[in-house]
Amino acid sequence: MIEIKDLHKSYKMGTNSLHVLKGINFKVEDGELVAIMGSSGSGKSTLLNILGMLDGADSGEYTLDGVPIKNLSETKAAQYRNKFLGFIFQSFNLINYKSAAENVALPLYYQKVPRKERQEKAMQYLERVGLKPWADHLPSELSGGQKQRVAIARAMAAEPKVLLADEPTGALDSKTSYEVMDLIQKINDEGNTILVVTHEEDIAHMCKRIVHLKDGVIVEDKKVEQVRAEQYV
Amino acid sequence: MFNKDRWREIIEVLTTNVWRTIFTAFGVCWGIFILIVLLAAGKGLENGIKQDFGDTATNTMFMWTRATTRSYEGLPKGRSFEFKIDDVQALRDNVPNLRFISPRNQLGGFGGNNNVVYGLRTGAYNVYGDYPEIINQDPMAVTSGRFLNYNDIREKRKVAIIGNGVKNDLYDKDEEALGTYIKIQGVNFMVIGTYKKNNSGGGEEGQKEIFVPFTSFSQAFNRGENVGWMAITANDGSSISQLKDKIVDVMKKRHKVHPEDTRAVGYFDLFEQYNRVESLFGALKAVAYIVGIMVLLSGIIGVSNIMLIVVKERTKEIGIRRALGEQPWSIKKQILMESIFLTLISGMVGIIFGSLVIFGINSLLDSVGPVDMFMSPSVSVGVVTGALTILMVSGLLAGFIPAQSAIRVRPIEALRNE
Repeated sequence: MIEIKDLHKSYKMGTNSLHVLKGINFKVEDGELVAIMGSSGSGKSTLLNILGMLDGADSGEYTLDGVPIKNLSETKAAQYRNKFLGFIFQSFNLINYKSAAENVALPLYYQKVPRKERQEKAMQYLERVGLKPWADHLPSELSGGQKQRVAIARAMAAEPKVLLADEPTGALDSKTSYEVMDLIQKINDEGNTILVVTHEEDIAHMCKRIVHLKDGVIVEDKKVEQVRAEQYV
Repeated sequence: MFNKDRWREIIEVLTTNVWRTIFTAFGVCWGIFILIVLLAAGKGLENGIKQDFGDTATNTMFMWTRATTRSYEGLPKGRSFEFKIDDVQALRDNVPNLRFISPRNQLGGFGGNNNVVYGLRTGAYNVYGDYPEIINQDPMAVTSGRFLNYNDIREKRKVAIIGNGVKNDLYDKDEEALGTYIKIQGVNFMVIGTYKKNNSGGGEEGQKEIFVPFTSFSQAFNRGENVGWMAITANDGSSISQLKDKIVDVMKKRHKVHPEDTRAVGYFDLFEQYNRVESLFGALKAVAYIVGIMVLLSGIIGVSNIMLIVVKERTKEIGIRRALGEQPWSIKKQILMESIFLTLISGMVGIIFGSLVIFGINSLLDSVGPVDMFMSPSVSVGVVTGALTILMVSGLLAGFIPAQSAIRVRPIEALRNE
């Protein structure tokens, strides 16, 4: 599903250049649930941004579902993001003047799905994350865990090929963290490919594979026994 | 464009900070208000002045004779001469593009003695000997009976058309004037019509005139072949100001006046005066537009400023939307439409307020009666559409920089956790 070869990325800070990614090679198969771990500054967010086409790589190859991702115009990148990727952020990033249902329907709006169908689909996904009764609530009326579940529903709504989660539990207490992970595991069980960036060991072990990043290189890449989050909920 | 979701979003964005939106809108509202009111005031002044011209044919000159100031062909200077009735035909033959040439003779005048008698009453009025065409050059509405015609001219009928003012002076309120005889300097003329003039130029004076056939006038008052003065109107396509030199030259030649004698033939070019007034109003209008648009401009800059702030505030949201796959163009369109919408709505409010003020002034004018040189200030539909177009364009301009800065936001920077 995802294949990257010899990926380099550096940031210019005045006259200095900060080499963040120093040749990353890795592959993600269909239906995997991968945790990307690393301390802060290890380059894990940069990697996720490049995977998410929010940022470009300096060199290297990136193929997503057989499509080479290189030198995209902003318009094309927006199109690919909409079609291929779903984002889940640490700070939820819901649009605060739109209701939960409208937030979920947003990616569909950009796909020019008719209004009615959009609303139906949004409700369907909200139901899947167990928030149907909150469909008309604004984000400010929801708890952190609920917001993240809305964000997950939104990421799912466009039926992307890959879900990218950047510290999805970073702003949540452990109980709600497990609830969110439980949801992510269930979505993965249905065959969706998911990448989770985290620095929490327990969250990482709820994935099926852990990739360790350190100073811009992959130091460890192992399959792990998945811990089901259900038991903590 | 007419997408329900887009409109909902525009409304949502503009109503999140109502007071800010209102203050911003006020700038544009004020600008367009000033523009409309200034234009209306200019129009009011114009209406007032043009009222004085009435519906007089403005492409007209008046021409009369004076004493010569140079000797020529053995004739001395200081010689008086008069236009003759043949001069009219000579002008028709020699000068193209003349529409009407009316030779006129006149009795009475400012401060004249009583010259008209009806029954026991008398009055001092201007009496004109005229051809029927004069009604096209000095328009009047015939309120009863008829105006002069060529049978009157040919048969030298002693008939007269009197102004409403004359009728009010000489006749009782309900008395029928038509068919009665009035005595003008001892000669009886039958009243065949009454008229009313629309221009206020002569004020009351304009309503106190009497028109009789040119030929009967000449005969009755011993004018022979002489012509007092002429009113000459050019065809619509050509201007009398360009033809007047030629006309004057023809007259000089026929009356043996030195070609360089500039004083012998006097004339008044109404068209030139009218044009001077016209260009004055053109300048007034230009000033109104400049001032209005300048004020509007500061409103527009306000809108642009606020849109920049809105974009700044929504950086994160724009980042999220781009991450979710919104096209840059769509974001740009959103910002532009917000800006245009805000400008248009506030501009319309300004137009409405401006119209209310104009309406108020009009009803005030109506209640206090006519005011000198000011009459029914108004703006035309054209001006309003023009103003709306200006608003549309300025909204577009105001939104342009903010929209550009909105799509320059890179999603990654917008989403970076603080």
